Amino acid sequence: MSARPQTASDWPEEIFSALERYDIRQVPYVPDAGHSKLIERVLASSAMRGIPLTTEEEGVALLAGAWAGGQRGVLLMQSSGVGNCINMLSLVPILRFPFLTLVTMRGEWGEFNPWQVPMGSTTQGVFELSGVQVLRASDAAEVPAVLEAAAAQAYNALTPTAVLLSQRLIGAKVFIK
Amino acid sequence: MSKANLLDRREVVAALLANRKDVVAIGGLGASTNDITAAGDHARNFYLWGGMGGAAMIGLGLALAQPKLPVLVITGDGEMLMGMGSLATIGLQKPKNLSIVVLDNERYGETGGQTSHTAAAADLVGVAKACGIEDSRAISTMAEAKAFAASVHDLSAGPRFANVKIDSAELARILPTRDGTHILNRLRGDLGFPPI
Repeated sequence: MSARPQTASDWPEEIFSALERYDIRQVPYVPDAGHSKLIERVLASSAMRGIPLTTEEEGVALLAGAWAGGQRGVLLMQSSGVGNCINMLSLVPILRFPFLTLVTMRGEWGEFNPWQVPMGSTTQGVFELSGVQVLRASDAAEVPAVLEAAAAQAYNALTPTAVLLSQRLIGAKVFIK
Repeated sequence: MSKANLLDRREVVAALLANRKDVVAIGGLGASTNDITAAGDHARNFYLWGGMGGAAMIGLGLALAQPKLPVLVITGDGEMLMGMGSLATIGLQKPKNLSIVVLDNERYGETGGQTSHTAAAADLVGVAKACGIEDSRAISTMAEAKAFAASVHDLSAGPRFANVKIDSAELARILPTRDGTHILNRLRGDLGFPPI
């Protein structure tokens, strides 16, 4: 177990701690700037295996296989990857395995890039239509409670769950100085 | 449609599973899952009726979770083409206990026999090799299929990939259960995992 986070604003560390507590072993991801610190922690961990994907739906199928083999996982992606997952999300209700994904949001809260807006605007709806419950964390102080609730319902109650990490939390990407 | 020098898919899959011991076999959406069923239902068979493109990744998740178990993915060319990026993901992770076999009839047999990319251009053995799966072979004889079946039990030398050119004749459908939770929980139970 790692030391507790030093400050309340160290939310990626809070997420990592929750993943440790829930004995998460496989962490498939498509990189995102908002997830970069968490990905570094996962790749440095001896208990978790970070697994880079070429596209997000690979991660859905991977988590099904991990559970078949007795391990829990969590999928890390950004909002634009959610659309890539839609058909593969059919595995979640059909096989009924624990599904948790942590999604860094783009296309909202001061977004600069218009190309991020369509998928960012439909992310929550896509999940809900696909049978995945959505929880959201908009500021650092609420990250621990949201993560705990999400992990508890995903792993204990087999409730497919997505946590949207708001762009307000991660900070809008700045292209123009 | 069939050519004389191509292998019979059922014969290939029967050879792959004849001496399966503790192998977990994952069948990709399409006729491959029927071929596995024809070889005999088994608690360690994972049949896919959907999730096209996901078979190899289910195999990877299982292989990483159970490094001492041989995991064998048996799928078709269309299913593998849809999940081709997963060969790069597997080439990076290099699980020693994962084997993938593509039954390549160069067509989408379930949807009317439309030709697939492997008929004229795509070389899946080349793709797998280029993605870092060093043991990637083209299989064209039953002797090679049997040798591959034996290698699946060698947990020191994977991942491995084989593309088998098979006859495209349509065979009688031998269907496994379609109940996903039954398939998954039966497998988990056989591996010693209790219900939640």
